[in-house]
Amino acid sequence: MSRQNTRLDQKKVNTELLTLAYGSFVTQILHDQNLNIDEVNKNLERIGYNIGLRLIEDFLSRTAAPRCLEMRETADRIQQAFRIYLNIQPAITNWSSSSDEFSLIFENNPLIDFVELPPEFSNLRYSAIICGCIRGALEMVQQEVQCFLVQDQLKSDSCTEIRVKFIRRLEDAIPAGED
Amino acid sequence: MINNLYIFDKYGNLLYYDEWNRPKKGEIKQEEEQKLMYGMLISIKSFVNRLSPTDTREGFLYYKTNKYALHYLETPSGLKFVMNTDVAAMNVREFLQQLYGKVWVEYVVRDPLWEPGTEVTSSLFKSKLDDFVKQSPIFGIRNI
Repeated sequence: MSRQNTRLDQKKVNTELLTLAYGSFVTQILHDQNLNIDEVNKNLERIGYNIGLRLIEDFLSRTAAPRCLEMRETADRIQQAFRIYLNIQPAITNWSSSSDEFSLIFENNPLIDFVELPPEFSNLRYSAIICGCIRGALEMVQQEVQCFLVQDQLKSDSCTEIRVKFIRRLEDAIPAGED
Repeated sequence: MINNLYIFDKYGNLLYYDEWNRPKKGEIKQEEEQKLMYGMLISIKSFVNRLSPTDTREGFLYYKTNKYALHYLETPSGLKFVMNTDVAAMNVREFLQQLYGKVWVEYVVRDPLWEPGTEVTSSLFKSKLDDFVKQSPIFGIRNI
């Protein structure tokens, strides 16, 4: 193979490597859970959640972003994070009338290249890890949200749509009074 | 001159403490001192926000006495970095922001053995932090 002249950022990995690694990862979880799809979905979401808890610190230190005061700001930050970590730019649309719920829509989900779901796995939420990640990251900045896949290209939708719904603002912890 | 550094999480657990130039030791037990420190931060923060004529995001940044200055950086995730320096030290907040990205995120957040909310015991982190602090221009300046 010819060696490329372009210098690669050592901290970045090739998208295909990510895609394939994630594919075999999901497959392994499927086997570990004896093909119990509900458990696998839960597991993927929880793994994403745990990633989010830590990834947020990386994001905050890179961007020095202040705390968001409203959901539209949050949406912009999430969009920015997709750009940093997945190199895609989702569109932010479908705001609810009360501005506390929106969708992230993108067509080039890097996790699902080369992936085809067999019919018996039609309930598998393959990209649930992203939802978990958003939920975990926002929890660290005191926002509780619900996050779920609405459209999934693996299920013959034309794009991937992730819905983010604001639940409540978590109170800052204060130390217990000394009585 | 950098005296010491406290890192708290958003629940008030002390995750890390270290000191460099602190000739006069505190007169109270360390644990007590840390609790008082956290209590004071919370009080100042809430008082400052209440007094503020407009909505604040950052709020409290630092205070200064005639002998030392206390600098405060709180990330949106609730991590609190507190650094005491001499009064001449400049741009300590920027320094803390860098410390957050280059040392904390790099050697603690990315350390799979570290459980969030627990004290950091990694010796790699300790030595990297030490290097980072000692390399900074703030570290050496002596000024009365």
